[in-house]
Amino acid sequence: MTELVKHEPTTIYIKPSTGFTALNLRDLWLYRELVFFMVWRDIKVRYKQTLLGAAWAILQPVLTMIALYFLFDRVAKLPTDNVPYPIFSYTALLPWGLFVAALNQGSRSLTSNHNMITKVYFPKLILPLASVLAGLVDFAVASVILVGLFLYYQVTPAWNLLWVLPLFLLLAIITALGVALWLSAINVKYRDVNYVLPFLTQFWFFATPVAYSAKAISEKWQLVYSLNPMAGVVNGFRWALLGIGNGPDTGLWVSVGISILILITGLFYFRSMEKTFADTI
Amino acid sequence: MTTAISVNNLSKRYRIGAAQTKFRYGMLRDVFVDSLTAPIRFAKSLAGNSNNGSSEKNNNFIWALKDVSFDLDEGKVLGIVGRNGAGKSTLLKILSRVTEPTEGTVSVRGRVGSLLEVGTGFHPELTGRENIYMNGAILGMKGTEIDKKFDEMVEFSEVAQFIDTPVKRYSSGMYLRLAFAVAAHLEPEILVVDEVLAVGDAEFQRKCLGKMNDVAQQGRTVLFVSHNMSAILRLTQEAIVLKKGQLIKRAPTPEAVDYYLASGQAESGERIWDAEDVPAASAPFRPICLRLKDRTGKVVDTVRSTEPVTVEWEYQLDAPVTGLRVGMYLNTMRGEYVFTAFDTDDAKQYEQFGARQAGRYVSRCHIPADFFNEGRYSLGVNASSFGVRRYFMDENALSFNVDISGAPGTQWPEIRQGPIRPRLDWKIEKID
Repeated sequence: MTELVKHEPTTIYIKPSTGFTALNLRDLWLYRELVFFMVWRDIKVRYKQTLLGAAWAILQPVLTMIALYFLFDRVAKLPTDNVPYPIFSYTALLPWGLFVAALNQGSRSLTSNHNMITKVYFPKLILPLASVLAGLVDFAVASVILVGLFLYYQVTPAWNLLWVLPLFLLLAIITALGVALWLSAINVKYRDVNYVLPFLTQFWFFATPVAYSAKAISEKWQLVYSLNPMAGVVNGFRWALLGIGNGPDTGLWVSVGISILILITGLFYFRSMEKTFADTI
Repeated sequence: MTTAISVNNLSKRYRIGAAQTKFRYGMLRDVFVDSLTAPIRFAKSLAGNSNNGSSEKNNNFIWALKDVSFDLDEGKVLGIVGRNGAGKSTLLKILSRVTEPTEGTVSVRGRVGSLLEVGTGFHPELTGRENIYMNGAILGMKGTEIDKKFDEMVEFSEVAQFIDTPVKRYSSGMYLRLAFAVAAHLEPEILVVDEVLAVGDAEFQRKCLGKMNDVAQQGRTVLFVSHNMSAILRLTQEAIVLKKGQLIKRAPTPEAVDYYLASGQAESGERIWDAEDVPAASAPFRPICLRLKDRTGKVVDTVRSTEPVTVEWEYQLDAPVTGLRVGMYLNTMRGEYVFTAFDTDDAKQYEQFGARQAGRYVSRCHIPADFFNEGRYSLGVNASSFGVRRYFMDENALSFNVDISGAPGTQWPEIRQGPIRPRLDWKIEKID
């Protein structure tokens, strides 16, 4: 007979969890390969059985940009800090697209994988996390267009600030993950989330300076405005790419604070609900 | 000998939604009020944990498991038997950490693999190869571990030539074999098997049982849940019997199986379902009672092989049902099927009772004389609409003994093989 048990098996204690549940990051680390596989699966199947395939990753922001261009530049003639409107809006549409995709996929990640949840143990955090990370590939593909826009309009990017861009990308991910954690956990019990989501993203779109400049907001409302963490992300993207706007100011730190708050509360809410997922989904 | 699983006073409570009773008897006004107050309840439940506080009073709870304790030594194979809803699956789900217990603790030594989860995470658009990696990762295997066992899995699944085809093009048999191959190669310290044998063709089932046997031979710990008593008897040495969430017997398998088959049903040849025995999910079908009657109409628990017997099942339909068929399975004590029959098998009956109005019904049939062999039989019942829904099922609703005095061949005191003992029309001719 072959040697079977190569390592001393670890003992797992199963007991009812009470109060605030620890984040259990150790299990998340043990299952890190699953995060990778889930991201990979999401990307692999996302555009299966579509005619245009991965071109959708480009078409979505580009078509939105064209619509916004006619509406806000041709018709409404909004000020854009002397930047051609397509570049102006596209720099914001990139993080916004990432955010919306993460929100949509993330908040449905638990319900659409209910067969996994009711059959196997794994840290459920993986599901919204993988959905949010999978959006990064679309983001990277869509970024190619921005390079093209820079060349076409002969705009020079703010080279000296470009290095902070990943930090704002991180802020976008943190915000998206935080909101997705809340929504996905609520969605397990109340499918109302599916109906709320389209409105939420629509309102959020108008509350974020994607189509217009943040300067359009009067001075005394600026701080309230930056309670929306996506305002910080979008302003940051424009600052890092085009050098317009204030850069890190009080408003940005408010945005950062709010988005970290959403993430932390989201994590704890998710963890405290996690034990009921398999029973209620 | 080390203990692999130690279960202490394990209980699991489920809430059965108040919604059914409310909407079944409720008025439209209640529905309106309910939907208007829904956001308030929603906010309340978000604020606190949904399973405490005021909501407790308004809702019904059932204990799927209550104070279950047992230890299992490493390398042992334990059978778990019990009716539907006895808590078998809940126990396995807690052991594999899918759901948390409400009370009590379990300590499990080593990785728990389960054959509950065949094909979990399979995506129809991914190829067989990709799904193996995906599924393996979900079951907690490392990438390198999957690499190592990949060829073995493909061989086991017999789908080698389609391994790079999306699994949506697979037949259901291929799909199942591939899924099982991954689960079977997880090589956990503890394996839990639940009803997996109910799926797939006979050849595949044989293979699954073989694999399980291998696992047991290798000295791993196995928990095996099945309604197939012959499989339980063959594969386990020891078994526990669960009834309404409680562990009522732990004994060597033959004794436990006997106990299970003999217990639970009334001694009188009659099975009566109380309201709490019927799962809410079976609505609008509600079983009332199942009786076994002899020629004179007396309820009996021992049937004479030489006399016909009547089986009648009384039930209530709370709403009209179309395509309903009500029937039974007859099993031997060893879990072999003798036959399956439904009340609308006959074309004329099917025309007349295919759609049934709400009301109380009895479906009755006669099993002819000279049918049963010696021993104990178990009668299962089933009410379903074919291809639509199964309303109610109880694989072991009633069991009875057969008295063979006067049956063919009883002049020889021997055990006759086979589940039936027909009186055949023998003619003996001298031809030379």
